[in-house]
Amino acid sequence: MNRTLKVIAALYFFSGGLCLCGCESSKAQVLAVQESQVKLRSMQSRVFDTTDKAKTLRTTMATLQDLGFVIDKADDVLGSVSATKLDRYAVRITINVRPYGETQMLVRANAQYNLKAIEDPEPYQQFYAAFEKAMFLTAHSID
Amino acid sequence: MCVLFVLPASIICQGCAGIPRDALSMNTATLEDRQIQTRLFETSDEEKILVASASVLQDLGFNLDESETDLGLLVASKERDATEAVQVVLMLAIAVMGGGTTPIDDVQKIRVSLVTSPAGENGARTAVRATFQRIVWNTYGQISRREKLGEPEMYQEFFDKLSKAVFLEAHGI
Repeated sequence: MNRTLKVIAALYFFSGGLCLCGCESSKAQVLAVQESQVKLRSMQSRVFDTTDKAKTLRTTMATLQDLGFVIDKADDVLGSVSATKLDRYAVRITINVRPYGETQMLVRANAQYNLKAIEDPEPYQQFYAAFEKAMFLTAHSID
Repeated sequence: MCVLFVLPASIICQGCAGIPRDALSMNTATLEDRQIQTRLFETSDEEKILVASASVLQDLGFNLDESETDLGLLVASKERDATEAVQVVLMLAIAVMGGGTTPIDDVQKIRVSLVTSPAGENGARTAVRATFQRIVWNTYGQISRREKLGEPEMYQEFFDKLSKAVFLEAHGI
């Protein structure tokens, strides 16, 4: 009898532990940021000398299609475009466009490669290099 | 025994390995892909092209997932059988030789995004660009392939159908 109780107790704690593990890791993943928030924001953002939101969004979609993405979603009001590229790997990207001051638009991109956030500046530099060519405008970094 | 260690390691590595160098940059194939995936229509009426595109996608059995007509976007997908005769024969051969069951391609999800944009002088023409991709699951329910669909003939045929639909639409048929 005693032994059965012990087994039940062990199972109980084990399953409890499993559950806690799950909760802890999902919370950590939801709020996970490797880089500092400010650094991440600046590497993912650029400012363009235009106030034309629709044109910026259309250019975003054209650039993404050039880079081999299939668009998942776009919203004119929110100013967002999401897309996925499949080439044995998967890259998901979301671009957000919003007015920045009176005369500029702020573009921010965030992307993930397979199961990991892209927090390295180089892929974003490459993206904006393609994007500024399509915009016929220079991308300014934010301070 | 070795396989037991190598297999999880390769799965983990897939998750953490760095992004390929050209994943977010233009390359030599960019221009060619753009040409294959784009057609120009002699109209400034984007809405007409979007309506015709939606009906062609429906003709091809796609379901519409998303649309943002203000930006000229349609997103559609369909799930279909992905079984290939060659794989079935190979699987049977392996089974006959005592190799047990091996997974083969089973189901695929094909996705397409279609974007229209004003083109030409004063936007007198409308450009349509379609990009297709697919995910394939094997008989074990694992993703066995994820890739873009790039065959020029497929795009040619798609745009032929779209041209016909634009014509039919224009004539109210």
